Amino acid sequence: MENGRVILSGKRFLLSIDRLCHQIIENHGDFDNSCLVGVQPRGIRFASRIHKRLCEITGNQAIDFGVLDVTFYRDDFRRRESPLSAQTTEINFLVEGKNVLLIDDVLYSGRTIRAALDALQHYGRPKKVELVTLVDRRFNRHLPIQADYLGITVDAVDDAYVKVEWQEYEEADRILFFPKSKSNE
Amino acid sequence: MSELSTKHLLGIKHILKEDIELIFETADKFKEVINRPIKKVPSLRDVTVANLFFENSTRTRISFELAEKRLSADTVNFSASSSSVKKGETLLDTVNNILSMKVDMVVIRHPAPGAPLYLSRHIEANIINAGDGTHEHPTQALLDAFSIREKYGDLEGRKVCIFGDIQHSRVALSNILCLTKLGAQVAVCGPPTLIPKHIDSLGVKVEYDVRKALQWCDVANVLRIQLERQDIKYIPSIREYTNYFGINKAMLDGLDKEVLIMHPGPINRGVELSSDVADSDHSIILNQVENGVAVRMAILYLLASKNKV
Repeated sequence: MENGRVILSGKRFLLSIDRLCHQIIENHGDFDNSCLVGVQPRGIRFASRIHKRLCEITGNQAIDFGVLDVTFYRDDFRRRESPLSAQTTEINFLVEGKNVLLIDDVLYSGRTIRAALDALQHYGRPKKVELVTLVDRRFNRHLPIQADYLGITVDAVDDAYVKVEWQEYEEADRILFFPKSKSNE
Repeated sequence: MSELSTKHLLGIKHILKEDIELIFETADKFKEVINRPIKKVPSLRDVTVANLFFENSTRTRISFELAEKRLSADTVNFSASSSSVKKGETLLDTVNNILSMKVDMVVIRHPAPGAPLYLSRHIEANIINAGDGTHEHPTQALLDAFSIREKYGDLEGRKVCIFGDIQHSRVALSNILCLTKLGAQVAVCGPPTLIPKHIDSLGVKVEYDVRKALQWCDVANVLRIQLERQDIKYIPSIREYTNYFGINKAMLDGLDKEVLIMHPGPINRGVELSSDVADSDHSIILNQVENGVAVRMAILYLLASKNKV
């Protein structure tokens, strides 16, 4: 894809991650009744970064961390050109009675998060679910879903595409903005 | 590949190696689902499946029904013994009547080879063959191969021997086609009267000595003698069959390696397999049954996605 414009990178990117972590710690303290759940596929990159920083800042190495795949819970099954391929789900704890931090990189239509809320029910009844997201495309929502912890807000038309890249997987930590999308979400 | 090349699962003959791999990858995910505390996902909530069993079945029928229910599909069941088939209705009429009640998918078991293929030429719904006479039983072959893959990681170069009544077995034919597509080496072993002529044209080895066959293979897939399909006497007696072709503990202990024991069920204990072998650590018979649900969920899911809303 060409014409990607960087909207957040370098020091400011890391500052945003750190700010989110401190906001989370403010509400969750020592995490003895909280857990992190990243949404597959790209949300887990953001989630594992948050998890790593939270462990570093709090010194607590035992924060529960799981990854959730929502493919089988999506509402667009049989409505897409080809079936979505599922990724791994790995939640080795019950979320019953816990404060769950659901983590995804870009909040767009809100349909992925709706599916994730459905999927989460299968691991117990959480006490509370909060949403952590790095990018909020606030004008493109299809459902009444909002983030509790938010990196940056991007105002863009439906046609645009926002991608978060990570140093661990791509060249660098940065958020890219493409005026024309390659796919939906 | 993210999509099956076909709209129906009529037989292994009609699908590609890539299709099989896609089914296995999807089944891995469903295996995780059926081991959760809550074993149900909502994927097929707007899909209706008719299970048409014109022939008896325990495992396959329950397995399909569970797979459908765990995907949240609506199901209707039909068995020939309690239906209008007895009153002289044709297969196509029966199925068309069921389909006009808005059914999206059909799982069919029928004593006539080719019945699912015939239906696929006349109706719109997705068809899954759950066994057609002595022809094919694709879902059984897929779950067998999936179980071997789960144990060894890969089928390439694995040696699999199918023992027993090859002539009358749809499981044998589907297994041979599936395993050779995945790169395994396949042999068959049984009394000469129960080995079809020209079976070597499918690329399989023929062996008449059980001990030699066991020494050769990594996996022994043992089949039942299907007396109900035998119109004439192919073997002198069950007792003689057991003496020459039954697999027992002493035989396996005499080998210098471990052989994985599989059986598609129903087992005739003391005939083709002795009880101590069927219940031993080498036997993955019950794993096969568990994997059957995951594999059938994958097939239903992938075929349903071919039907756009």
